[in-house]
Amino acid sequence: MVTIYEGRPGLSRRELLKRGGIGALLVIAGNAVISPENAWGLETATLRPETMATLIQLARDIYPHDQLADKFYAIAVKSHDEQAGKDAKHKELIEAGIADLDKRAGEGGYCGLGWEEERVAVLKAIEATPFFQAMRGGLVVSLYNQKELWPVFGYEGESYSKGGYISRGFDDIEWL
Amino acid sequence: MAAPFDLKNDGVVVIIGSGAGGGTLGNELAQKGIDVVILEAGGRYEYDDFINDEWDSFAQLAWKDMRTTSGDWRVAKDFPNLPAWIVKAVGGTTTHWAGASLRLQEHEFKTLTTYGKIEGANLLDWPVTLAELEPYYTKAEDRMGVTRTNDIPGLPGNNNFKVLKAGADKLGYKECHTGRMAINSQPRDDRNSCQQTGFCFQGCKWGAKWSTLYTEIPKGEATGHLEVRPNAMVLKINHDASGKVTGVVYADKDGKLHEQKARIVAVAGNSIESPRLLLNSESSKFPHGLANSSGQVGRNYMRHTTGSVYAIFDKPVHMYRGTTMAGIVRDEARNDTSRGFVGGYELETLSLGLPFMAAFLNPGGWGRSFTTALDHYDHMAGLWIVGEDMPRAENRVTLHASEKDAHGMPVANVHFDDHPNDIAMRNHAYRQGTAIYDAVGATRVFPTPPYPSTHNLGTNRMSEKPEDGVVDKHGQTHDIKNLFISDGSQFTTGGAENPTLTIVTLAIRQADHIAKQMAAKAI
Repeated sequence: MVTIYEGRPGLSRRELLKRGGIGALLVIAGNAVISPENAWGLETATLRPETMATLIQLARDIYPHDQLADKFYAIAVKSHDEQAGKDAKHKELIEAGIADLDKRAGEGGYCGLGWEEERVAVLKAIEATPFFQAMRGGLVVSLYNQKELWPVFGYEGESYSKGGYISRGFDDIEWL
Repeated sequence: MAAPFDLKNDGVVVIIGSGAGGGTLGNELAQKGIDVVILEAGGRYEYDDFINDEWDSFAQLAWKDMRTTSGDWRVAKDFPNLPAWIVKAVGGTTTHWAGASLRLQEHEFKTLTTYGKIEGANLLDWPVTLAELEPYYTKAEDRMGVTRTNDIPGLPGNNNFKVLKAGADKLGYKECHTGRMAINSQPRDDRNSCQQTGFCFQGCKWGAKWSTLYTEIPKGEATGHLEVRPNAMVLKINHDASGKVTGVVYADKDGKLHEQKARIVAVAGNSIESPRLLLNSESSKFPHGLANSSGQVGRNYMRHTTGSVYAIFDKPVHMYRGTTMAGIVRDEARNDTSRGFVGGYELETLSLGLPFMAAFLNPGGWGRSFTTALDHYDHMAGLWIVGEDMPRAENRVTLHASEKDAHGMPVANVHFDDHPNDIAMRNHAYRQGTAIYDAVGATRVFPTPPYPSTHNLGTNRMSEKPEDGVVDKHGQTHDIKNLFISDGSQFTTGGAENPTLTIVTLAIRQADHIAKQMAAKAI
């Protein structure tokens, strides 16, 4: 079962920092990926938490939006843990895919590559693989279909309950 | 006898499909006192049930049963199992359509005569002229409440339209307005007026947009002569030794098979399902499928030359607010070969919500080039290209050799190769669309590839001679007198216009013809 939970994950910030992080943002603790800055955590049931942390970075590198917090990417990839729990082939696809990424990235692994360009170069090399295609194809729905992030892009979503836009700016453009 | 009708009732007209063609034909016949059973593969969702959410609505309404694709069109690469974005529900694709209601132009009924023979294209004149259809177009426009006809005012322009109009004016285009739309600009026909909600593709929750679901179908049902049977997927049309059709076999929601007897069968399942059904109804008498002595069933598949142009501006647009397609430039719809292609195209406003924009802006795209486009979603304007594509014999719907659906019926494969004329037209339209937006200060423009097809046409085409096509000018199959085609698969060629108005027009005309032939006991 994957849970994203809000609030303090039960570890002090100092302790989390001691355990070492992935980049400066995410920390592995037990079976969870934790964001100490933003107070959320993602528990994994099947995939290794390190794998999940790399998936979150991978998701950001595929669809980079600097104005989006990691949490949205974590939500976007969490279903892979559930699917891996039900389907051994999917688990293998993910774990092998991430292992391959780490290997291609060299000593520090994928997340050890400091610049996005370096990580993107690795992704370009695997763009045609079933692993990358499964990641990207899932993400385009699981990321952009999160209603909570629509306002960040200025998309207002459902409008029927508000009476449409007939009195709410359907023709309010002023700069033409 | 009043609806519902018995399975053994062989006096009924069975219509397969409840969209623009089937729903309209059903009501027209019922109004004349003729008993009709419409078999609809999908479920029935009333307009209260529609969902203002792109993916949830897609899950509710879209035809998601597997199909396969082949050919060089980009849809085959991007959406190999989704060649078309059409609907499986009562009302068919009239729940999803955007409402643009344009008559075909006179020359578009005579493409072989007008354009001449074109290599790689299977052009043919329609066996009917614009003049013959005009009275029926008038009836259809009245029935559907098309704006800018019948003294119905145009819709107000939304932000996306205003950007289009400003650019079109700067380029010197003369015919740019908020369209001829089957969307109420004022209350009419016991239906609401448009509230500028912006989810036209997801089913209009106000009922302001014409759909057979809440116009033709309930009107027909009120006569007692029309029964609509949802979740009834037709698998085969049966015939007798003389070759006349006698009934259809369908699977109900539990997969149980039934045979509905019929005096007449009219097929209106859209241009992919209709030929699929005829081909799947092969028998020892008709080894190549029903009504296929010409070999044209499934061929000449057309999908309009489409594409979109989206543009980003330095100031907000909010294109998604308001009627999705109430904006058009018609100047390029003429046939003017000096542009490097025959036929023409319309430019119509279009918008997608953020989830579908992500899926369709550049399918397969990723990285910053892609995401920085979405970062400016609320600064985007967009238009859709709808142009005449060339019918080609090898662009066709066939039965898949091994893949089968839940009922064991072979799935449809849709093969499409762009004709050089299609490519030249699309590139011209990309340039003109870009110029429109550049003229009002676009900072970045996206020539966006075609989506899965919404305009599926031509796979049971009309022809004067039986050897050139599947049906005559009334949609009656050349081979079988009591078998009709009532959807866009009748189109001999596609024209540059959104096809729904013409489908409705043909259905109204076909109903008169069927009633006359029934009265004369000819069928």
